[in-house]
Amino acid sequence: MTAADFLSIDLPAILVAVLSATSCGLLGNFLVLRRQALIGDAISHVALPGIVAGFLIAGTIATLPLMLGAMAAAVVAAGLIEIIRRAGRLESGAAMGVVFTTMFAIGIVLLEQTGAANAHIDAEHALYGNLESTLWLGVTGWDDALTWDALSQLPRQLITLAGVTIAIAATITAFYKELKVSTFDPGLAASLGLPVKTISTALIIVVALAAVAAFEAVGSILVIAMFICPAATARMLTDSLSRQLWLSVLVATIAGVGGYVLAAFGPQLWGDADSLSAAGMIAVVAGLLQTAAMIAAPRYGILSRAIRRRTGRLDLPA
Amino acid sequence: MSEELYAVLTFQAGYNTSIVLAGVIALGIGGGVIGVFSFLRKRALISDAISHATLPGIAIAFLIGIALGGTGRNLALLMAGAATTGVLGVLCVQWIRDYTRLPEDTAIGTVLSVFFGLGIVLLSHIQALEAAGQAGLNSFLLGSTAALTAGEAQLIGGASLLTILIALLLLKEFGAVAFDEGFAAAQGWRIARLDLAMIGLLLAIVAIGLKTVGLVLIIALVIIPPASARFWTEKLGRLVALSGLFGGLAGWTGGSLSALLPDMPAGAVIVLAAATIFAFSLMFAPRRGVIGWAVRRLKMRLRAASVRGLLAMADGYLPPDGLSYHVIRLRGYIDGDARITESGRRAAAEMRRQDRLWQTYRTRHPDAALAFNPLSGLRIEDVLSADIIAALEGPAR
Repeated sequence: MTAADFLSIDLPAILVAVLSATSCGLLGNFLVLRRQALIGDAISHVALPGIVAGFLIAGTIATLPLMLGAMAAAVVAAGLIEIIRRAGRLESGAAMGVVFTTMFAIGIVLLEQTGAANAHIDAEHALYGNLESTLWLGVTGWDDALTWDALSQLPRQLITLAGVTIAIAATITAFYKELKVSTFDPGLAASLGLPVKTISTALIIVVALAAVAAFEAVGSILVIAMFICPAATARMLTDSLSRQLWLSVLVATIAGVGGYVLAAFGPQLWGDADSLSAAGMIAVVAGLLQTAAMIAAPRYGILSRAIRRRTGRLDLPA
Repeated sequence: MSEELYAVLTFQAGYNTSIVLAGVIALGIGGGVIGVFSFLRKRALISDAISHATLPGIAIAFLIGIALGGTGRNLALLMAGAATTGVLGVLCVQWIRDYTRLPEDTAIGTVLSVFFGLGIVLLSHIQALEAAGQAGLNSFLLGSTAALTAGEAQLIGGASLLTILIALLLLKEFGAVAFDEGFAAAQGWRIARLDLAMIGLLLAIVAIGLKTVGLVLIIALVIIPPASARFWTEKLGRLVALSGLFGGLAGWTGGSLSALLPDMPAGAVIVLAAATIFAFSLMFAPRRGVIGWAVRRLKMRLRAASVRGLLAMADGYLPPDGLSYHVIRLRGYIDGDARITESGRRAAAEMRRQDRLWQTYRTRHPDAALAFNPLSGLRIEDVLSADIIAALEGPAR
C-alpha cells in the first residue's frame, strides 16, 4: 500500500466513518437515556422517501436537496407518529412501526417507478451505504496532502460530516444543562421553566440532521448502530453524563477505525483479496465492544455483579 | 389494465400467479393473526429485531448450501437459517433487557443493527465469492414475488396456515397473557413460556415472509393489520379475525398489483395496501376512529350548550353565550325578537327539574350516581324507576 493509496482511498473512508459514528454516537446518548433509541431506527428508514423526493424535485443528486428532502421526511414522520399515537390512541412502538414501514415502502415505490433507481440512488445503497467509494482525488502523497489544491478536492461528504459533527458537539455543549435536566427529570425541567417539549422536538430534528448527513456515506444500518451501540456501551461503564458522552465518542472512533481496517485488510490475513462491507463491519465491531462492556464493565457488568453476589456484597441498584 | 387486474385478483391469470397470490394471502392472514398478540403485549417492535437478525442466518445457510454442493438457494434451508439467527436475536434482546441496565428499546436497536451489520458483511463476502449466485439473496432485503416458484409459494402458504392454526389453538392463553398477566399466572400458565411461544410464531411468520415481503418491511405485516383492527373492536376474537382479514386483504390486493406491474416490489405494495386500510380505519372506524370521535365531541358540546342555555332561561335570563344561544334559537325556544317562546319556557322548566333531580340523586346516592355520565344528557326517567324519582322529589330521609 502506497501513501497515495492510503490518502486517497482509506483515509477519507476512515474519516467519514469516524465522523458519522461520532455525530450519531453523541446524540445517541440522549436517545438511549430517554428510551427513544428506536427513533433513530425510524428516522433512518424514512430518510429514503425524503431523499428520493428531494432528487425528483431538484433533479440532481447534489447534497443539499437530498438532505433537505430527508430532513423534511424525518419531521413529517415524527409528526405523523405523534398524530397517530394521540388520535389513534396507539402505543408509540406500534405507531412508529406503522409510520416508518409505510414511508419506507413509499420510498421504494417512488424509487422503482420514477427511474430514480438509475441515478445513483438505490434501496440497497440506502441500507448499507457506500463508504468504499468515498475517494480523495488529486492527492499523490504526504507531501502535497496539505496543499490548497489537494485540500479543495476533499470528498464533499467528508466536509458535510465534519460540519455536522462540529455543529452537534457545539449544540450539546451550549445546551448541556438543559438537555441533561430534561433527559433525566422532565418534571423538574418543566418546573424550572425549561421548554421540555421544544427541547425534545429540537433533539429529534438534530437527530434527523445527523442521520441524513451520515446516511449518504454509511447507509441506514450503520446509522442505527451508531445511535445506539456507543451510547449503550458508555452507559454500561459510567453514571456520569459527561463521562458517558466522552466514552461514546471514544467507542465510536474505535468502532469506525477498527471496523474499516478489519473490513478492508482483514480478508488479506487469510489470503482473500476482496474486502468486506465496511459499514457492516463497523456495526459488528460496535456490537462486540458493547457486548464486552455488558459482560465485563467494572460496576454494572454481568461478571462483576455475579462476583458481588457470590461474595455476599450488596448488589448496587442498576 | 383493469381487465388484467381483475384476472389476477380472481385467480384467472395462470397457475403460477394464482399459487403465488394464494401464498401471499395466507402469509398476510398469518401476519395479521399473529401480530395481534405482540401488538397487545405492546412489543410490536420486537419483530423489527427479529426480522433484521435473520439476515446473517440467510447468508450462513447460503454458504452451507454451497459447501454441500448445491446452489445455496433452497428456500427451506434459507428459512431455517433465518429462523436460527432470528431466535438468537430474540434471546439477545431478552438477555440484554433482563441482565443489564439497558432498556428494551436499546436492546432491540442493538440487536437489529449489529446482526444486520453482520449479515451485510457476510453478503459482501458471498458477493465476492461468485457474483451470479448472490442475486437470489438480494431479494430477501426488499422482497419479490416475481422470483417465487410455485413450490416455494406452496411452502409459504402451507407454513402460514400451520402458524395460524397454532395461534388459534393458543388463542385463549395468549389473550389472557396479553390482557391480564396476573389472571394468566393464576391459571397456572407459564407466562414466560407462552411469551416464548408467541415470539416463536412471530419468528415463523417473519422467516416465511422474508422472501416475499423482504426483511425491512416484513414487520409491517405484523404491526399494521392489528393496529388497524384495533380501531373497530374491543373483543379479542373479533380483533384476531379482523386483523387476519386486513392482512389477507393487503396480501391479495398488493400481491395482485405487484404481479401485474413489473417494477413494483411486492413487499412495498403489500405494505402500502395495508397502510391504506390503516388510514381508512383511523379515520372512519365508528368507535375509535378520528371522525367518529370528532362527531361525538361535537354532539357533546351542542348538548352541553343546550343544557347551559335552558338552565339560564329557567332563571329568567337569555342563553349566556353565542353557541348556546344559537342552539336554543334553532330549536325554536327563542323567537326572532330574542323572546323566550312558550315551548322554550316549558323546555327550560323541564331542564331545571331534571337538573335538580340529578343533583339530589348525586348528593344522596353518590356511589350509584357514578354509573351515569353527567354530560350524557340522559333523562332521569329513562334510567331510574318512578319510585326512586318520587323519593328524590320528597325531603331527604
